[in-house]
Amino acid sequence: MRLLIANGYVIDPTQGINGGQNLLIEDGRVAALLSRGDDVPEGAEVFDATGLIVAPGFIDLHTHLREPGQEYKETIQTGALAAVAGGYTSVCAMPNTDPVNDNPAVTRFIIEQAEAAGLANVFPVGAITKGSQGKELAEMGEMRRAGIVAVTDDGRSVPSAGMMRRAMEYARGFDLPVMDHCEERTLTAGGVMHEGEWSLRLGLRGSVALAEELDAWRDCALAELTGARLHLAHVSTRGAIEAVRRAKERGLRVTCEVAPHHFTLTDAAVEGYDTNTKMCPPLRSEEHRAALLEALADGTIDAIATDHAPHHADEKALEYDHAPNGITGLETAVGLALDRLVHQGVVGLERLVELCSVKPARIFSLKDRGTLRPGAWGDVTIIDPDLEWTFQAACSESKSRNTPFDGWTLRGAAVATIVAGRIVYRRSSEQTAAHAR
Amino acid sequence: MRKKIDKEEQRTDERAPTGLARKDLLGIRELTSAEIVHVLDTAETFRDISQREIKKVPTLRGRTVINLFFEPSTRTRTSFELAGKRLSADTINISASTSSVTKGETLLDTARNLEAMSPDFIVLRHPSAGAAHALARICRAAVINAGDGAHEHPTQALLDALTIRQHKERIEGLEVAILGDVLHSRVARSNLHLLTKLGARVRLAGPGPLVPPELATLVAGGAVRTAHRIEEAVEDADVVMVLRIQRERQTSAFFPSLREYAVHYGLTRKRLSAARPDAIVMHPGPMNRGIEIASDVADGTRSLILDQVANGLAVRMAVLYLLAGGSALAQAQTRAEASDAAEQRRDKANKNAAQLALLEPVPAG
Repeated sequence: MRLLIANGYVIDPTQGINGGQNLLIEDGRVAALLSRGDDVPEGAEVFDATGLIVAPGFIDLHTHLREPGQEYKETIQTGALAAVAGGYTSVCAMPNTDPVNDNPAVTRFIIEQAEAAGLANVFPVGAITKGSQGKELAEMGEMRRAGIVAVTDDGRSVPSAGMMRRAMEYARGFDLPVMDHCEERTLTAGGVMHEGEWSLRLGLRGSVALAEELDAWRDCALAELTGARLHLAHVSTRGAIEAVRRAKERGLRVTCEVAPHHFTLTDAAVEGYDTNTKMCPPLRSEEHRAALLEALADGTIDAIATDHAPHHADEKALEYDHAPNGITGLETAVGLALDRLVHQGVVGLERLVELCSVKPARIFSLKDRGTLRPGAWGDVTIIDPDLEWTFQAACSESKSRNTPFDGWTLRGAAVATIVAGRIVYRRSSEQTAAHAR
Repeated sequence: MRKKIDKEEQRTDERAPTGLARKDLLGIRELTSAEIVHVLDTAETFRDISQREIKKVPTLRGRTVINLFFEPSTRTRTSFELAGKRLSADTINISASTSSVTKGETLLDTARNLEAMSPDFIVLRHPSAGAAHALARICRAAVINAGDGAHEHPTQALLDALTIRQHKERIEGLEVAILGDVLHSRVARSNLHLLTKLGARVRLAGPGPLVPPELATLVAGGAVRTAHRIEEAVEDADVVMVLRIQRERQTSAFFPSLREYAVHYGLTRKRLSAARPDAIVMHPGPMNRGIEIASDVADGTRSLILDQVANGLAVRMAVLYLLAGGSALAQAQTRAEASDAAEQRRDKANKNAAQLALLEPVPAG
């Protein structure tokens, strides 16, 4: 099986490639990068990428697929479809399912379901502690053997510093990155939005930025103590960025990700009480957003991750206080990154590819991904950086519609997604959702 | 979201001269000062009705008001109920002691069910901020926010303003102290917006966790400042508003004990003596005597607490009336603007006459 992606503009920072080339994929793997003038190899299907960017497949480090247990919000199949529709060839499934992915049986179930769906690659992330309760370590070694790529108790932090230390020491033995949702809960108790001018104005209980910052500093210090690989999930505050910057200066193995909604929106968006502006960590003030943009530009932030968190419309139709945290993100992330980062001059296309593919592959050690080197998996994201399109939540491939970006017109989109040399998604000319099998 | 706000502002600007030409009353923050003054002026005319022997006018005959209360309330609910009844509207009270989450039916489903019975007004009291906004989005009925969580309680601020204006004959230039649990107070928030929109200056004071300094940033122009000592806020104040301490919040460790609160933050006669000699004292009720306010202050000559209650009724009648259309009023005003000064005076008299005609007692039978 051969696929030639012809006439595209290949951007692959791992090989220093930034120019017009043809990409040949054979039997699921990258076979060669050819000159545009070369003959079409025999029997190859041709994908014409004229005017488009050809990048190593985008990887989302932070996806909630909800299965097992909350299939009414999302299934691995619908989540994987939303992923490829948004340009992601791989997603990392958070463990806060029901039951929690804290044992190899759940890990294997997720992998099986993903294989059955046959769309995006799904890499399960295991829990740090049993039931993510923060009390006893989960069986990381067994889950590692079953296929997890990292551990996290995402949705909540590991409240005890002592437990976090043990987790890091133990995970280090399996070379598993420890991913943390930074939130000192005694500071955020009851908070439903960022604490600041807007929370005071709207009369909603605030969640202070320091809660994230304090845990970020704690985790970085523990990473230094233990030598573990630490990845901070969805950083949203100036102080957490500062903690990561300092850790990197000290040569620690610390990385972090940012979610598109945090670099796009501020807490002012909560006015009107749309529960699709409620997530954890919350939308922050402009000061914090500016710090994120700066950190995206200077390299402190390693990855863009969606924190795709589907919820049923009925759940989001509750009062702001009671609506669950989280928004969908797989189908808007690339558009927002192109529109808000690339076209605003915050980062260049090459850096964007690093943020969405190269670095994520390295952070979770996803072998032969995040690159188009010969021999790597034939995972490719095809981008039209100038396509103007309007996101319609109603046309989303996700089972859920909880997004604050419904009706937003963005410049730039992923237009085709190729997994192991197979075109799994192709944006139709009407720019509506439709996938090619 | 930005688009929505622009539209809102535009609508307000276009129709501001005609008064409260909006579907709902959700908060004071969205109102222009002209709208606020208009409600207050209208409330003045309604105040008399409650002094008559027959306390009922036919203005809202055939209209339905549903009081939907998700929190216990005596004063506000009774006030809205009487306001509706004195305007001849049919009023219905629904008390739900729990929020939708525990009750099984969501707030929006409750609202849709009520909406199916075609009410003209839904007056909502709810423990969650933004609840009235959610209702307003899906209901054809006019939604009046009677308190949403710690967000706003617009009719309370309006009745407070009416009370202040009655006794001080102005609001502009006054120094107003608001004391107590400002953080959790919808009364404080609505008052903050209203008083500063009408040109007063506001000092907020109370225990540190309940008066975050960022409160001063809520209103542009430096008209608000915060203090931790009651004495500092009360000094030379024209108006002292005392907020209710919600005993149930005591467990959240915002302050050590009611006893300590009373000693350090309660309004006593001694503390009040630092205010202007003609300062007035207000409290939205229900009072915790001996905690946030000493009984001799609450019952003293400067206390307007019962005036507030009387004015509450007038303000709520005005709000119902104005949201119902107030069309005669609006037309009269439009005419007035088009004519010269002399005619304006005459038209204003006409307008008042037209308005008062609506306020004639209900014919017997």
